[in-house]
Amino acid sequence: MNAETGIGASALRKEDARFITGKGQYTDDINVFGQTFCVFVRSPHARAKIKSIDTASAMAVAGVIRVFTGDELTADGIGDLPCGWVVTSKDGNPMVAPAHPPIATEFVNYVGEPYAFVVAETLQAARDGAEAVSADFEVLEAVVDTGTATSSAQIHENVANNQAYDWELGDKDATDAAFAQADHVTSLDIVNNRLIPNAIEPRAALGSYDAASQTYTLYTTSQNPHVERVVLALFVQVAPEANLRVISPDVGGGFGSKIFVYAEETAVIWASAKIGRPIKWRADRSESFLSDAHGRDHVTKAELALSSSGEMLGLRVKTIANMGAYLSTFSSSVPTYLYGTLMAGQYKTPAIYVETQAVFTNTAPVDAYRGAGRPEATYVVERLVETAARELGMDPVELRRINFIPTDAFPYQTPVALQYDTGNYAASMAKALELADSDGYMARKAASEAAGKLRGRGYSCYIEACGLAPSQLVLQLGAGVGLFESAEVRVDVSGSVTVMTGSHSHGQGHETTFAQLVSDRLGIPFDSVNVIHGDTGRSDYGLGTYGSRSIAVGGSAIDKALDKIIAKGKKIAAHMFETTDDQVDFADGQFSYAGSNEPKPFAEIAGAAYIPAVYPLDELEPGLSEKAFYDPSNFTYPAGSYVCEVEIDPTTGETDIAKFVAVDDFGNVINPMIVEGQVHGGIAQGIGQALLEHGIYDSSGNLATGSYMDYAMPRADDLPDFQVDMTSTPCTHNPLGVKGCGEAGAIGSPAAVMNAITDALGVKDVSMPATPQTVWQTIQQGT
Amino acid sequence: MKINITVNGAEQAVDVADNALLSDVLRDALGLTGTHIGCDTSQCGACTVHLDGRSVKSCTILAGQADGGEVTTIEGIANGEELHPMQVAFRANHALQCGFCTPGMIMSAIDLVASSDEPLNAEQVREGLEGNICRCTGYHNIVKAVLDAQANM
Amino acid sequence: MHRFNFRQASSIAEAHSTHAASDDAVYIAGGMTLIPSLKLRLASPNDVVDLSRIDGLSTISSAGGVLSVGATARHCDVAQTTDIPALASLASRIGDAQVRNCGTIGGSLANNDPAADYPAAVVGLGATVHTNSRAIAGDEFFVDLFETALEDGEIITRVDFSIPSRAAYAKFANPASRFAIVGVMVAETSSGVRVGVTGAGACAFRMSSFEAALSSNMSASALDGIAVDSSEFNDDLHASAQYRANLVTVMAKRAVAQLTA
Repeated sequence: MNAETGIGASALRKEDARFITGKGQYTDDINVFGQTFCVFVRSPHARAKIKSIDTASAMAVAGVIRVFTGDELTADGIGDLPCGWVVTSKDGNPMVAPAHPPIATEFVNYVGEPYAFVVAETLQAARDGAEAVSADFEVLEAVVDTGTATSSAQIHENVANNQAYDWELGDKDATDAAFAQADHVTSLDIVNNRLIPNAIEPRAALGSYDAASQTYTLYTTSQNPHVERVVLALFVQVAPEANLRVISPDVGGGFGSKIFVYAEETAVIWASAKIGRPIKWRADRSESFLSDAHGRDHVTKAELALSSSGEMLGLRVKTIANMGAYLSTFSSSVPTYLYGTLMAGQYKTPAIYVETQAVFTNTAPVDAYRGAGRPEATYVVERLVETAARELGMDPVELRRINFIPTDAFPYQTPVALQYDTGNYAASMAKALELADSDGYMARKAASEAAGKLRGRGYSCYIEACGLAPSQLVLQLGAGVGLFESAEVRVDVSGSVTVMTGSHSHGQGHETTFAQLVSDRLGIPFDSVNVIHGDTGRSDYGLGTYGSRSIAVGGSAIDKALDKIIAKGKKIAAHMFETTDDQVDFADGQFSYAGSNEPKPFAEIAGAAYIPAVYPLDELEPGLSEKAFYDPSNFTYPAGSYVCEVEIDPTTGETDIAKFVAVDDFGNVINPMIVEGQVHGGIAQGIGQALLEHGIYDSSGNLATGSYMDYAMPRADDLPDFQVDMTSTPCTHNPLGVKGCGEAGAIGSPAAVMNAITDALGVKDVSMPATPQTVWQTIQQGT
Repeated sequence: MKINITVNGAEQAVDVADNALLSDVLRDALGLTGTHIGCDTSQCGACTVHLDGRSVKSCTILAGQADGGEVTTIEGIANGEELHPMQVAFRANHALQCGFCTPGMIMSAIDLVASSDEPLNAEQVREGLEGNICRCTGYHNIVKAVLDAQANM
Repeated sequence: MHRFNFRQASSIAEAHSTHAASDDAVYIAGGMTLIPSLKLRLASPNDVVDLSRIDGLSTISSAGGVLSVGATARHCDVAQTTDIPALASLASRIGDAQVRNCGTIGGSLANNDPAADYPAAVVGLGATVHTNSRAIAGDEFFVDLFETALEDGEIITRVDFSIPSRAAYAKFANPASRFAIVGVMVAETSSGVRVGVTGAGACAFRMSSFEAALSSNMSASALDGIAVDSSEFNDDLHASAQYRANLVTVMAKRAVAQLTA
């Protein structure tokens, strides 16, 4: 293995060369001949009937080419934006989804929902045109509040009580019985605050139609261009799949918000054929706030039953999840299969029962945001556990330890469907305590108090299910897509390698990590590997990047394709060695045979594959290029222990994160530098959720936090240095032993922060985000 | 209207609308797309360039206000093939992920270090970069990179 | 942005006449507030008159116990001054580095955002705002939300700060925008103790009760027990009036602690 670029090395990233010099190519950086510009006209009302739309004034604006309304898309056979996962309610009925036309036709149901769009020669003309569009609305009563949505005005004609589904998981009777026997019950009312993802690159699309070939090309900011393509082709019916190419070039962050198929790219690609010219759109940040799918927004009642000695006996959770106005692409799965299934956490709680009621409101759709369901689950479990320890007068570390699933219990079947393959939770905890200088805590607390500050400490031991996902399992649970991944390894004549992956990198560094994997396994230089992603015209159907799946599923697919390359290489080498392929070994980039002292370097076999002189062509095809599709047999289960110490100024309520320790078990790690970077970013978003970020709608459904003036993004001076380390129990069911690291930080950190804050204040709960005002008010109430 | 600006050492005469922004000039007229637009309220800092030696948000300067000025963008800080120490440090410290905020972050960081008489500590770097939002890195490695680069600037 | 005409002014007189000749003109200096409003189409003037190149308008000078700051002096330049460290410190914390490299004192004062920092200095230090036609006492300059004593077309030329014997500014920043939720300037001047508050109300104001207490005892504890009337205070999603009232006291105490340190 190469110490600088092999598996396990912190290889510097290949992609950085273009990003640090300003040569990245993001969607908005791409311009094509004859392009026009598009601006969407968005609803100023949270809920209204569209009585009429006046486009005439807009058409009169110089430079405006066309103004389109939703009716024109509908008339042209453009379908609804679908939700790709059908969740079944307790009563056996499938979820109820309202119609979701890309461009609103009869009703608008959230502020920012597009109801028309203007295409013009210049962006200025498109903006002027959009401003000139007016509509006559009959304004209707808006439903905004998550907790009371089911008893509010009915939003959609076909959705009674504004309820999409009422879902359950686990054994209700066994859980009730556990509570009946419990010595102690800890209960919490928890609100998981609405977050707005805010990838720094706003969404964008550039659609064009080539009349000669009748093909469409869509450049867009997608985490999964193949999913975008199949949805636009099959469901929205913009174009036949074969005639539609979707390219996600460099994408400036996603965090889930760029998984989904949105109105804007649908409109742009469709309309490009109507006007016969390319159309470009880029969201202003204000539009991103209104129209990107938001995250979280749960109202939960959670209870934990314990014995007097702290043994966790049962867990009961009832959650109302806000879906927003429509069911976004994967929204239904987030508060169910990515949430309820995680309620065992790291613990052997024998009985768990989870209910989730998904409700509609007149707010932007809510879907997966970094962690997607798992941060919410971790927050429930870890807030409960910490609170229970305080109520029982136990050390929260000790309470966790006695309830951890022991290492000899794996594979461990939880009461909520998942089977954990491996883990060592006590090991992560021990390392985290050591890093956090647990022994020095009392002295630090005393020093804080001497300075007039309040100090608190909180823990969070998370588990996540990632590496999404075993196709047949999720299909059984209602998913509309398989969740395998594709890979193609093309060995070039010279022995360099081009890898096509269905995964997509929008910051994760796949061009580097995947190249490390290939270079390590083939024994070829790191610089000889070129990783291509984000283009349906170049790679096979793949599912993209979300759910921390790229290395576990995409990487495993590459690994599988590499197996095939090596197997074929051995066959070719066998002919050269005049032996059989089972006698050929491959290691360190060399094919060797015991009967020869002249091993064949990989490049020589590559050349031989394409210059087929040495092997019989009736036995072996020429060339050296292999594909693989990898479908995982289980989720992967990263887990970790986080410790947070806060220092609070009681005079203002300001919270300073004095210490943040994260110890994660991601199994084997290909590039520790990149993995640590992922953890840092996740923690920043988790601290953001705990202290700063909150998507707030006012009572009439206006987004009160619709810009960076009001939505508090974590900035450099809001965050501490993070202490990050790892333990490892390799995944048992994928060839690389990897688990995935993209979401862990965002999953584990909010509970650690809030446990620390409640500890410092000596209160049971503080709602997120714990802004200075919230903390100050909490202190005032206590005095 | 016509403006004359020097961008990355080259004099440019550009015909622009009166309401054009400096960022429009750079991205649309001159094709320098390394300067990114991430917000519309002058908060994110992705569009940061140097105007007459100071870091500014190019989305919040009218083209006319930059007339006659000297602009340096992310495309202009390397010396030929030789990267600027801040670019080197960002890569060496994994101070970028998606790369979108990176040009603005690097331009701010260069000005921050250059305009400080004394070596900066981590806290000063964090405060000095409050005008640039990064959603990927949690800033941990950005701070490391800036501290690292200042030794070589 | 709507379309407008960009008018470069080379003198105050030219700026003023250009403004007068237009049926809807605005001045621009640093543009830190105006340009975002233009972009969001919250403002749509026909003419934008640029003051930033007027010779001498950005001059900062100090003589006879007065620090004179030209209207187009940028925050970053004020931050480098040494005559009134509290003013330099205030300027060094406005917005962020890029904003400070463009934003000007004149622009900030003319805009009179209730959460801007400079108004606390103008009130707290008892500054005089000079315009192309007159001098306006700091106490008279701020009228209401985004409203000042400036007449239509009147141009701020400089702000004169009498150098106090000691002063300090403490700010509690909005975590999102970094504007002041509350900022308090406390100063010991030749005309007595002054306490200027920004962020809390519709515009900057003096806290006479604090001034009285600090006049006899310049210590943080002198402010203990002084009630802050929050009935006219701003109340928004970031801070209730009651919380702002608390911050007025806490920031004033911090400023006093700094000033006496």
